Amino acid sequence: MVELWFWLVSVMVAIYAVMDGFDFGAGIHHLTAAKTNEERRTILAAIGPLWDGNEVWLLAGGGAMFLAFPRVLAAGFSGFYLAFFMVVWALILRGIAIEFRSHVQDGIWRSFWDGTFGFASTLLPVLLGAALGNVIRGVPLDGTGYFNIPLFTHFGTANPVGVLDWYTVLVGVFALVTLALHGALFLAWKTEGPVHDRVARRALPLWIAVIGIWIVATLATRAVNPGLFAGFAKAPLAWFFLLVYLAGLALAFWGLRKGRWLLAFLGSGAFILGLLAATAASVFPVMLGSTLDPKFSLTAYNSSVGAHGLRTGLVWWFIGFPIVLGYFALLFHIHRGKAKAAAEGEGY
Amino acid sequence: MGDPVFWHRLQFGFTASFHYIFPQLTMGLALLIAVFKYLGLRTGEAVYNDAARFWIRVFGINFAMGVVTGIPLEFQFGTNWARFSSYSGGVIGQTLAMEGMFAFFLESSFLGLLIWGEKKISPRLHFIAALALFVGSWLSGYFIIATNAFMQHPVGYTLGPDGTLQIASFWRFLLNPWAIVQYLHNMMGAVVTGAFVMAAVGAFWTLKGLHQPVARLSLKAGVIAGLLGSLLVAFPTGDLQGKLVAKHQPVALAAMEGRFESGPYAELNLIGQPNVPEGKIDNPIRLPGLLSFIAYGSFSAEVKGLNDFPRDQWPTSIELLYYGFHIMVGLGTFFILLMGLSSLQLWRRKLEQTRILLWVLAFAFPFPFIANTAGWMTAELGRQPWLIYGLMRTSEGTSHLVHGGQTVFTLIGFAGIYFVLGVLYLYLMIREVAHGPASHGVAH
Ligand code: HDD
Ligand code: HEM
Ligand code: HEM
Repeated sequence: MVELWFWLVSVMVAIYAVMDGFDFGAGIHHLTAAKTNEERRTILAAIGPLWDGNEVWLLAGGGAMFLAFPRVLAAGFSGFYLAFFMVVWALILRGIAIEFRSHVQDGIWRSFWDGTFGFASTLLPVLLGAALGNVIRGVPLDGTGYFNIPLFTHFGTANPVGVLDWYTVLVGVFALVTLALHGALFLAWKTEGPVHDRVARRALPLWIAVIGIWIVATLATRAVNPGLFAGFAKAPLAWFFLLVYLAGLALAFWGLRKGRWLLAFLGSGAFILGLLAATAASVFPVMLGSTLDPKFSLTAYNSSVGAHGLRTGLVWWFIGFPIVLGYFALLFHIHRGKAKAAAEGEGY
Repeated sequence: MGDPVFWHRLQFGFTASFHYIFPQLTMGLALLIAVFKYLGLRTGEAVYNDAARFWIRVFGINFAMGVVTGIPLEFQFGTNWARFSSYSGGVIGQTLAMEGMFAFFLESSFLGLLIWGEKKISPRLHFIAALALFVGSWLSGYFIIATNAFMQHPVGYTLGPDGTLQIASFWRFLLNPWAIVQYLHNMMGAVVTGAFVMAAVGAFWTLKGLHQPVARLSLKAGVIAGLLGSLLVAFPTGDLQGKLVAKHQPVALAAMEGRFESGPYAELNLIGQPNVPEGKIDNPIRLPGLLSFIAYGSFSAEVKGLNDFPRDQWPTSIELLYYGFHIMVGLGTFFILLMGLSSLQLWRRKLEQTRILLWVLAFAFPFPFIANTAGWMTAELGRQPWLIYGLMRTSEGTSHLVHGGQTVFTLIGFAGIYFVLGVLYLYLMIREVAHGPASHGVAH
């Protein structure tokens, strides 16, 4: 049961990364791939009806963690206090920018929100990637099960650690580039005209950059958390997810060469999903590792709630999840085809 | 930076109060919009759809504000109230997770369809989208209030072997009697807000002679819903809330009424300032026996005063609690009078000529927001010094490793962002009202 909840939480977080990831990706390209108002509204039309639902995966994944592993949630959120508020503020700015931009037909107003949208969407992957880097590196959890670290210390991975060091920033950059590729493929699939052409041209260089940074990040991870690779070798699931993400990378490459953008986009989605799931499989059962002493680490076993709560949650989870998939199927069906900027005053 | 607990409380209270400005309006409007769409479908009259289109635009702006201000609250359970989350996650994790799965996904999926889909989908489907938004937002209200109700009146839990709370009975927790009463009262409060805003815009346009017949419909719907909501918020829901507080949080009741001495025939203070150091109410105007009656249904019932409770169980801010409660109840009385009078004039078909009433309606819209905020202050301050009533004190629930300075910093950050958001929000709202119900298409 604990294992199942570990996987439900991991999968929901991974779905969040894939789904909101393409919103961030679109935002990364927003300022440079779209020049005119019409072009920018095309990008917003592509993600406008989807972004809020995508963001709910974060709330739902966080909720699942609250339900099953409240100690991990409590330790992580309070420990990364300042960094998490940066995330919160950036999420506020991103959402408001999408929703408010097209309400007023004025150049300054719109440029302001375009800039805000691009800025917040670029910052968020770096911050969330750095958070992942922190989880992999470990945090100074002590015997009480809590920690609190500053934004940065000496930028090294030895104690005393900060949220940002060379390794976590590297993971942040990796996340940024990965989502830039993911967003480019999404926009190439969902738009036509100049926006499509510009992002399509970026796809291959981004794909190559992803491979490059991925190799560097993997070597760095080996140096920072050698145990992870030992865990990986022993976890059959990790091997399976390794296949998923390699296949995703290959599919993305094939799709972008052939101009099969939907397949390419699905490929980058599989890459992200597989990478996160493989990481989860390798660290299992550790959810937050301690840099002070492994015995202080928070694991799925020592931080889960009682069996009755887990069982109760499972019942409604399996009722709710198919319904949610239904909503998303409906949503993508209604917004199928290429996104187009609506008439002024209507739509995003 | 002083006492970190204070800053955590201030930040949570501030961000929650700011968030609640928006859902109370969207939840109230969602009901009225669904009714408009239904009537439009049934009668085929254009005015219902025209009015719905305008109110959906207003809904959209408020919804966006509700979404972006709700996320920080969810985060703060972990960032600011880590020990509370760790202790109670085994219980309230259920409702918080269910809210995402059953309410937020539903709302976010149908929002785009409701706001931008009218031309793309059939009228019937557009009505269904309105219905989905209504159901989603009212469901989300239930889950969060069930969470809060557990903090006010914990039920359905056991203490686990590791000293944390674990769920024992899901249904007892979900159908907490406190949650049901609090939900009904709170949702009626939301209807009052939606109705007052709708009536205000209708009255304003009527005064200026603009936008008939949408103005007339908005005025009428606002007044009728306003009267029903105001009546229901006081009775039976407010009354039931009071009885629950009297039964389960007697010390909070004593503080809400500024009652220091115990005794029968307890009087209700209409006006007066609590003087906590001296343990009395200054300059009171009171109605004898009424408090006993409201709390226990009999004029002679004994109502305990604060002096009968140990000091360490007194709510921490008795003055604010007292004023919060009195502002809510006072405004509630005013709402009934105002909407009763307006309904009478409406029924006599004279409302649109009674300009003085239109003026009052046009500018009364802030008061339900104040009443709702004051009501939450009452509930949340009355819960003090407990974070989970009787189980965990507020000072024990914070993230103890987060320094006061960090919290001050983030509080200032929120103050800045929310100030800017608030200004932009008001600008957009004023624009919408000035623009009126016509579509925003290029031809304007
Ligand atoms: C338009 C808003 C509004 C109005 C006019 C009223 N209320 Fe209210 N009240 C609320 C909006 C509200 C609220 C915002 O919904 C609260 C805050 C927490 C909650 O659950 O409901 C609340 C809380 C609340 C509480 C506190 C519960 C607690 O301590 O947990 C009591 C006793 C009442 N109400 C009673 C009344 C009475 C007797 C009213 C007579 C007119 C009244 N309310 C009018
Ligand atoms: C949206 C309406 C709400 C408003 C306006 C509101 C307001 C407040 C205020 C003013 C405080 C500070 C109390 C104090 O310092 O004494 C507070 C505290 C708090 N509230 Fe609420 N609240 C709302 C809803 C909720 C809900 C639904 C929950 C739970 C799910 C909740 C959980 C908390 C917590 C955890 C604290 C901090 C601990 C404490 O001070 O007791 N609030 N809220
Ligand atoms: C303090 C506790 C609260 C938390 C943690 C919280 C959390 C949230 C979150 C995360 C969202 C955004 C959902 C999305 O992305 O779609 C949201 C929106 C919403 N919340 Fe809250 N909320 C709180 C208090 C309340 C209360 C007291 C109510 C009403 C009873 C309420 C009703 C709503 C509604 C209806 C929405 C939808 C957006 C809107 O209508 O503005 N919330 N809330």
